[in-house]
Amino acid sequence: MCKIMSLFLTLVFAFFPLNFSAHAAKKEFIFGLLLVGPYNDHGWSQAHYEAAKAVEKELEGVKLLYIDKVNPADRPGVTIPQLVDELVSKGAKFIIANSDDMKDGIREAAEQHPDVYFLHISGDDVLTGKAPKNLSNLMGKMEYGKMMAGFVAAMTTKTGKIGYLGPLVNDETRRLAVSSYLGAKYAWEKVLKRDPKKLIFQVSWIGFWFNIPGVTADPTQVTQNFFNSGFDVVISGIDTTEALVVAGQKRKEGKNVWAIPYDYKDACNEAPEACLGVPYFNWKPGYIHFVKSAMNGNWRQEWLWLEPDWHDINNPDTSSVGFTPGPALKPEVKKALAEFQKKLGDGSLNLFVGPLYYQDGSVFLSKGEQATDTKIWYMKQLLKGMIGPSSAK
Amino acid sequence: MKITDWVIVILAVFSVTTVVLFLVGAPPIDAYMLIFKGAFGSWRHFAQVLNVWIPLVICSCGLLFTFNMGLWNIGVEGQIMLGAVGSTFVIKACSSVFSPSLILVVAGICAILGGALWAVAAGFLKIRGNVHEIFSGLGLNFVAQALILWLIFGPWKRPGIASMSGTEPFPKSLWFPVPAGWRVSPFMIGLAVVLLLATAKVLQATRWGLVLKALGSNVKAAGVYGISVNRNLFFAMLCAGAFAGLVGFFQTTVIYHRLIPAISSNYGYLSLLVVMLAQYNWKPVPFIALLFAILQVGSIQLPLMLRIDSSLSGVIQGLLVLTAIGVMYARRRS
Repeated sequence: MCKIMSLFLTLVFAFFPLNFSAHAAKKEFIFGLLLVGPYNDHGWSQAHYEAAKAVEKELEGVKLLYIDKVNPADRPGVTIPQLVDELVSKGAKFIIANSDDMKDGIREAAEQHPDVYFLHISGDDVLTGKAPKNLSNLMGKMEYGKMMAGFVAAMTTKTGKIGYLGPLVNDETRRLAVSSYLGAKYAWEKVLKRDPKKLIFQVSWIGFWFNIPGVTADPTQVTQNFFNSGFDVVISGIDTTEALVVAGQKRKEGKNVWAIPYDYKDACNEAPEACLGVPYFNWKPGYIHFVKSAMNGNWRQEWLWLEPDWHDINNPDTSSVGFTPGPALKPEVKKALAEFQKKLGDGSLNLFVGPLYYQDGSVFLSKGEQATDTKIWYMKQLLKGMIGPSSAK
Repeated sequence: MKITDWVIVILAVFSVTTVVLFLVGAPPIDAYMLIFKGAFGSWRHFAQVLNVWIPLVICSCGLLFTFNMGLWNIGVEGQIMLGAVGSTFVIKACSSVFSPSLILVVAGICAILGGALWAVAAGFLKIRGNVHEIFSGLGLNFVAQALILWLIFGPWKRPGIASMSGTEPFPKSLWFPVPAGWRVSPFMIGLAVVLLLATAKVLQATRWGLVLKALGSNVKAAGVYGISVNRNLFFAMLCAGAFAGLVGFFQTTVIYHRLIPAISSNYGYLSLLVVMLAQYNWKPVPFIALLFAILQVGSIQLPLMLRIDSSLSGVIQGLLVLTAIGVMYARRRS
């Protein structure tokens, strides 16, 4: 036994002083990406992965290093600061953390590496003043995408019952659920001119951005419950595509149901026949902006909440938020959607206008009041008229 | 096990792992080199290895007591979780009352108590209810996990948010101090070494250590000599739980600075493998723990550089234990 130990020790310390860290070729600018889910999840993480790949291709001398499934359930014991150390040792000068879940870890890492730039997606550390100077925030105005999702859901539903498959409960997810509801309400009351009382909009939260067996509620089951209790459209707010997959299965069983996935422009491919469309993020414009400013040394701390490009919301180079109409979308709804988009784009229609009330009856926006960005960003409750909890019990 | 046995084990594991790497289409040499570099490439890498080594060693020490008595303390995971809950409780409850260093000490004590309580619960079920410790341990692991989830989604949730991401991080003053640029606490390294030596001393050179061994080899005979099974079982579990609770303290205050659902990082299960591979002997423990920590930390290179899954490290760890058991079995028969 002793011999083994001494052999082992000798080996360890013989190699220890060697420095193996890979030195990148001089001109290369390396940026790192931490993905919370699998890079091919057809959802949130894939949208980030493909944007980063596009940046790597488009900008000369830029190289991407990424690691996916960065969450304590998939990689027990692995921390964000540890992975950032790793990326920095491989030469990364700019690092993107793509999840709300990484908020604390990336701030800690940014403080440890003041000479490296950081971007936290969906966070607000810059707004709250908690972020060190080398940390910025980026988000897309998905409110618009979700309004479109709600719009086509209400235009399509036969039963008047729309389900919203929510992740965890926070300002962001409430904001997006509310936007979907406002889009649905507009379609139902203003376009279809139907009785407001006959529209049911219910939110069910699973507890995290994707399914973690034994920890979160199972999104497959939650979606099935929706469809089994008379809901015929489910809008997904989670990172992965369970809602659409279940809708596809139910259609095969002969049920007339639809789903609207989220995050990734080609998400409909999982079950095209059930897909009404997908509101998606296009991270490329935002990424390019930050990679360039980190590369050229004109970095400044920013909190960016990027709009769709209303001339063409599906332009991959300019629009940070888009909506891919799905194969299951009826032609007349598609036409109405185009009209709806045009009104949102030219500013003639703003759904965040009072009177709107929070779920507990208190005033969110008084009559005629238009919501400010911060009021929308920090959405404190769901709105009156929506069913489902505004916070965790 | 003799040197030759170890060589057989290591060769067997290497060949199987190499075949696995070939099957997934990864260059085996590169993969091994990457794991090695990922663990020893720089001080920061090695510091991460130590951050895994510390909890594995501490936890394994506790398990040496139970294993020596022939107890299968599978509940060690839950004991780590309860330790984490104990320390988080103190930090949450007293953060404005006492000085930071005092709070950390009290949190450490509370963590040890939490872990010990959970272990003693399994011991009690065994003594009074004749429930095998594997079943009670597993059950208590689930209860501990449920308790953590309930706390994170309920009483300890972040303002306005309910998420798997864990509790609000502790104030910086309550992070266990780590020297700037070190990434690992030298105090904790020292503590792990001291605890290991103390465990060795107790097991080898005290009456109680001998009693535990006697109980482990033949419970009935020990009973004839007037050794109380139940009392020793109780204390062995108490020790294992206390050590595991300390790991919970380490995970919350040194590593994560908050309570998260996966707070144990599976170090309890991994420590069971360490001690089994060490054949319940303290001497190989620090080395096997180091090997496991190297695999654990180094394997993050696999998805990063080769785009293959890092769970390979788990495969290697499991293979090590299985082949070692196989070789031992073969020896015993020959």
